[in-house]
Amino acid sequence: MEDRRVYLDNNATTPLHPDVKKVLKEAFEIYGNASSMHSFGREAKATLDDARNRIAKFINAQADEIIFVGSGSEANNTVLNMVSCCSAICDSTCKGRHQSIISQIEHPCILETSKCVQQKGASIIHVGVDKYGKLNMDELREKISDKTMLISIMMANNEIGTMQDIKTIVEIAHANGALFHTDAVQAVGKIPVDVKELDVDFLSFSAHKIYGPKGVGALYAKNGVPFCPFITGGHQERGRRAGTENTLGIIGMASAMDARAKEMIPEAERLVKLKHRLRDAIEKNVPDISFNGHPEDSLPGTLNVSFKGAEGEAVLLYLDIEGIAVSTGSACASGSLAPSHVLLATDADHERAHGAIRFSLGRETDESDIDYVIERLPAVIKKVRSMSSTYSNKR
Amino acid sequence: MTEPIKWVYTKKVKEHFTNPKNILEDESSYDEDGRGLVGNVQCGDQMLMVIKVDSKSKIITDCKWKTYGCASAIASTSILSEHVKGMSLEDAYKLTPKDIVKDLGGLPEHKIHCSVLGDKALRAAIDDYHKRSGTQGVTAREDSRVICKCMNVTNHEIENAVKEGADTYRKLQEQTKIGTVCGQCEEDATRLLEEYKQKYFK
Repeated sequence: MEDRRVYLDNNATTPLHPDVKKVLKEAFEIYGNASSMHSFGREAKATLDDARNRIAKFINAQADEIIFVGSGSEANNTVLNMVSCCSAICDSTCKGRHQSIISQIEHPCILETSKCVQQKGASIIHVGVDKYGKLNMDELREKISDKTMLISIMMANNEIGTMQDIKTIVEIAHANGALFHTDAVQAVGKIPVDVKELDVDFLSFSAHKIYGPKGVGALYAKNGVPFCPFITGGHQERGRRAGTENTLGIIGMASAMDARAKEMIPEAERLVKLKHRLRDAIEKNVPDISFNGHPEDSLPGTLNVSFKGAEGEAVLLYLDIEGIAVSTGSACASGSLAPSHVLLATDADHERAHGAIRFSLGRETDESDIDYVIERLPAVIKKVRSMSSTYSNKR
Repeated sequence: MTEPIKWVYTKKVKEHFTNPKNILEDESSYDEDGRGLVGNVQCGDQMLMVIKVDSKSKIITDCKWKTYGCASAIASTSILSEHVKGMSLEDAYKLTPKDIVKDLGGLPEHKIHCSVLGDKALRAAIDDYHKRSGTQGVTAREDSRVICKCMNVTNHEIENAVKEGADTYRKLQEQTKIGTVCGQCEEDATRLLEEYKQKYFK
């Protein structure tokens, strides 16, 4: 079993669903530009329309509320950039509101972009989270004002899996006349998401996190909300996103969504059980650990755990030698030099953040995978700790 | 057939990461002559290095270590501990991060700071040996003050770097790796940089 490989990094990306692979192969034949009037173009347009309808239906949106983009990051950038646009150009649309509120645990594509829009004159306010990563609602109520144009809070966190009470946050936003956006890249396709029920104004999601192809995402923009394109210079997506549509990617995304509609609920139940199996085994077999994220309100397949005295990159690479793929909140693995901003925001100390390992399970994860991890993990942690200057082995 | 997937760092790093040499297994029973502990957990790297020294010949007879850190940090400390055995204190003191990186067959740019910590730990252990034995050696000057706690960079190193031409914070970082981890020392470092520039070049 030397060559056994176990992929537990499904929050980073996922393998293509077999249905998606099949559909994509057939879609290779559709090459027309959906903007062209001839039969080749019309064929592409019809396929695109059909995909749009199916994707919209999956989140209970209207087809014309879906804007196809290149990634979840692009969807998030599009919304955030409207904030600076509001400050500079489109002031009449935004009625003098120049401020936006985001959480401290947003994805870097929100946090970094927010720094950029601040340079352009917008004001960004951060709201903190509790030790489980849940948004501080009182702080939000305190900070929202009649200057708030947008609140952007992620639906589920990519690192620790904690899910937010989006409906309540939307109510707070709307009661104060602000728009609401959620980065739902980790949520759509893993938990039920209904844009009408939640009453969100914008919602970002992506295909490759849910067994679709990379390089395609979508932004839901509620009919009637102000909109300003991020990529300009074309009439595609009703003028809201220029660039020839990624027909192949969008067909793949729609196919992935169809599969999700069938598999999501039973799969979530299965993944929660597997996650608990892993969690209980770690708790039983490895001393000095702490779990990160909310114990219940968390994505079905996400388990984040810190091993005291064991630096994350070292653990990741020893697990990799065993064929097990995970990710870490350690600075060393990220290329940047600070550890996970998410864990630090939850009040974890630096050691806990540097030692955080994320196991993210997916549709291909089975019990034997989890048992394999349970078998190999304790020895890996023991090895890293045996050479750690911060961990005493005499416990 | 495509090539097998390459490992993330060099073969040498993998060798020392998977089979680290000279780990200090039982700290309490190891009778060291010098001990150096540098870095801190906040920065994600901490290294402890202990040495045994032949008091007559001043040769390092044994070297053991413990590291809280990533693969490069583990491999750096492991290969360094092999390298210094049999070296004179004087020669060992002169080892630089470059030597360690060379031994490892190279490290990516953003991992160089891991090797810097290794030679700092060694120097701290040698300093400690001189202090304990009351001997003189090539040690840091008395009034040395650590500015960057993560990378253990002192005011003297900043001074030397400025003398060698570092006239911007960026250049100072390139030479000393100061502020490349948590970054909290940037203000102090920039102030010293200006001071030394004033002292030597204005």
